[in-house]
Amino acid sequence: MFEIDKLSLSIGNVPILKQVSLSLQPGKILGIVGESGSGKSLTALSAMQLLPEGSTTSGSIKFNGQELLGAEEELMQDLRGDDMAMIFQEPMTALNPVHTIGDQISEGIILHEQIGRDEASQRTIELLHRVGLPPNQYPLSRYPHELSGGQRQRVMIAMACAQSPDLLIADEPTTALDVTLQAQILELLRSLVDEQGMGLILISHDLAVVAEMTDEIVVMRNGEVLDHGSTGAILRGLKHPYTRQLAKASSHIPTRTLPPVLTTNEKAKKATPLLQINNVSKDYPTARKSLFQPGTPFRAVDQVSFDLYPGQSLGLVGESGCGKSTLARMILALDRPSSGTISVNGVALTNANPKQLKKARRNMQVVFQDPFASFNPRHKVDRLIAEPLYLEGELSANEKSQRVINALDEVGMKPDALDKYPHEFSGGQRQRIAIARALITRPALIVADEPVSALDVSIRAQVLDLLCELREKLGLTYLFISHDLGVVRAICDEVFVMEKGKIVEHGTTEQIFDNPQSRAAKRLVDATPDLERAIANRLRSEKKNMGSNK
Amino acid sequence: MHSFLSRALRNRSFFIGLIITLFIVFIAALSFLWTPYGIDDQQITTVGLQKPSLTYWLGTDNLGRDLFSRVMVGARNSIAVAVVAVAIGIGIGVPLGCWAAARRGFLDELLMRGNDVIFAFPALLSAVIITAIFGPGAINAIIAIGIFNIPVFARLSRGAALSLWTRDFIMAARAAGKSSARITIEHIIPNMANLLIVQATIAFALGIIQEAGLAYVGLGTQPPFPSWGRMLSEAQTMMALAPHLAIVPGLAIVITVLGLNLLGDGLRDVLDPRLSRKRD
Repeated sequence: MFEIDKLSLSIGNVPILKQVSLSLQPGKILGIVGESGSGKSLTALSAMQLLPEGSTTSGSIKFNGQELLGAEEELMQDLRGDDMAMIFQEPMTALNPVHTIGDQISEGIILHEQIGRDEASQRTIELLHRVGLPPNQYPLSRYPHELSGGQRQRVMIAMACAQSPDLLIADEPTTALDVTLQAQILELLRSLVDEQGMGLILISHDLAVVAEMTDEIVVMRNGEVLDHGSTGAILRGLKHPYTRQLAKASSHIPTRTLPPVLTTNEKAKKATPLLQINNVSKDYPTARKSLFQPGTPFRAVDQVSFDLYPGQSLGLVGESGCGKSTLARMILALDRPSSGTISVNGVALTNANPKQLKKARRNMQVVFQDPFASFNPRHKVDRLIAEPLYLEGELSANEKSQRVINALDEVGMKPDALDKYPHEFSGGQRQRIAIARALITRPALIVADEPVSALDVSIRAQVLDLLCELREKLGLTYLFISHDLGVVRAICDEVFVMEKGKIVEHGTTEQIFDNPQSRAAKRLVDATPDLERAIANRLRSEKKNMGSNK
Repeated sequence: MHSFLSRALRNRSFFIGLIITLFIVFIAALSFLWTPYGIDDQQITTVGLQKPSLTYWLGTDNLGRDLFSRVMVGARNSIAVAVVAVAIGIGIGVPLGCWAAARRGFLDELLMRGNDVIFAFPALLSAVIITAIFGPGAINAIIAIGIFNIPVFARLSRGAALSLWTRDFIMAARAAGKSSARITIEHIIPNMANLLIVQATIAFALGIIQEAGLAYVGLGTQPPFPSWGRMLSEAQTMMALAPHLAIVPGLAIVITVLGLNLLGDGLRDVLDPRLSRKRD
């Protein structure tokens, strides 16, 4: 039904895609896997003929027997949204913020079916029901900002499926969502494929997601198709070295030489805790109910207490909005708790004098999720890394530059990086620079807020290795904040599970993974894509299909 | 830097705007050293009004003064007023905006509502008030236009600073224990420099128009010193007899403002390619 044959694409004079071929049958799901820059998104955009200006293409793209390359814009407009549709990664930006969701969904229906407004809104209501947003709870008059990320992605899916397209392209549809929402959205996509018999192209960098969802898989790198075949066979056989490398990286667990420090261990408990969190709550004001009636405050963090001992590696997991990032900000003294105390080395941050606060800050540093946003784009690397040195008072220029070079060396980068701007580095390199910045004051505690979520799998494995190595070399204590249990499993010894501002479960990583008790922990564990499990399921169903075909 | 220049010069509106602006600045600078005739010299021999000719390139006015010389000196006057007025706007408005964004809460509200009050007075009205108190003159025109510029820059910088404050790299600087004043100087202001530069060129063009407007109603530069705005108002009574008296300063204003607007437009496209409406 859909076939790309020897598609080559160049933008300007830069070749982007080289001889890409793939095909898709109705009712099937095709996965395109690859790291950033592999050309997987541009392959999808060529199919929709939504390429940036200055692109030249050759080869052929056939859709229901029709050649799309070089097709008239008029024909494409007819096809787009009607017979072929697309879902993007970022549901925050893919919806128009000034129109209600009802208007946005029915717009496409009216355009393509030429029916009246009432009829269209009837269809819209049915669609919203189908994607799990019952209109009695989510009326058509809602605006995108009144919905959460997962709900917005459902609206996007409703828009894309309004015309029962023959082909749906989903470009990293769940990358911006946390694992439980990811599982729900993938489930929805799968059931829509089964119901409407459309073909789905799922683009993802996450092998586990692709393994769970797809029938066939295409592995791309640098604009070329490296490996192609049925999902189970490809991922079980791992014949191609690059596929093998990807699979290895995505379930990578750093090797460690030192035993973990656990709070259940009596010896560790005798040490003084590095960080003590005592009954900490944080309330945010909400909109006033009326002129004389203040709104009931929203409690983002609710009576959280725990201790963190030197050398521990603690994971703080939960769905988005559970309060884990708010807690991290309070620990870093960027936000004040509404009640309760946070102490670092026995000094309470809440009523510390400036000198004590400086000392505490020197002792804890932070690594953020997005390596692109966490640097001032106008400073060079030497200045960026040296920023926390401010906490140590005046240092001579010589000493400063020596410290910076040492920090860079520790994260495995060369001093020639010093004279460059952050945009000259890749995501993985930037995250290394971010870690160097965090290390420069020789802190005892590193708070990492989703430090590898924005990275490709192979880079992610490298950064995890680096973090693990640094912990052993420098005796660091980690507080890891994440919704991705795979990452937590790779690096944390103990895990706290948060739900609605409260800590609902605490245990060693194995306990939480193998035997989750609370509802929140169960949901997280169930939703986390697991490559091994997915491949096993995939092989079973492929075998069954072969049997039924005979 | 080199790549910036070559990229900038490829942008057509930037290039044309730059040439016009440089030309006007050159004329203004030249007027310090040389003008064809003294600006107050009355060419009695030729008696009053002269049409443009080889001797008097743009003609003379009713008092027999060479128009070209007066336009040259008028350019100097317009530029000086606009530059100082923009400097006042940036010098006071940007710190206020940044302060409001850094402190938030009550102070923010107070500063911004104060801003709204200033915004509510057109420059002309504040000039009338200032003139009523201190008397007319170029300095008072500068102050009036400068005051008008303050809320423009305060608002712009507050908005930009607010969005910058939520960025991760600002968080990192805060985690490094830096004070908000230091973060503002090191991180916030350099990152909104683009916006400020573009707004400054536009405010500069506006300043020239406002100066001309104030001079036109007699609140700006006082005679006999030439000013484009007053030349226009003086030409009014002789429109039918000698239209060039009005056309020449009018064109000078239009060309200068056009040049500056093109420059500002081009600068925005060059400094922030994401806002560019067309591809190069």
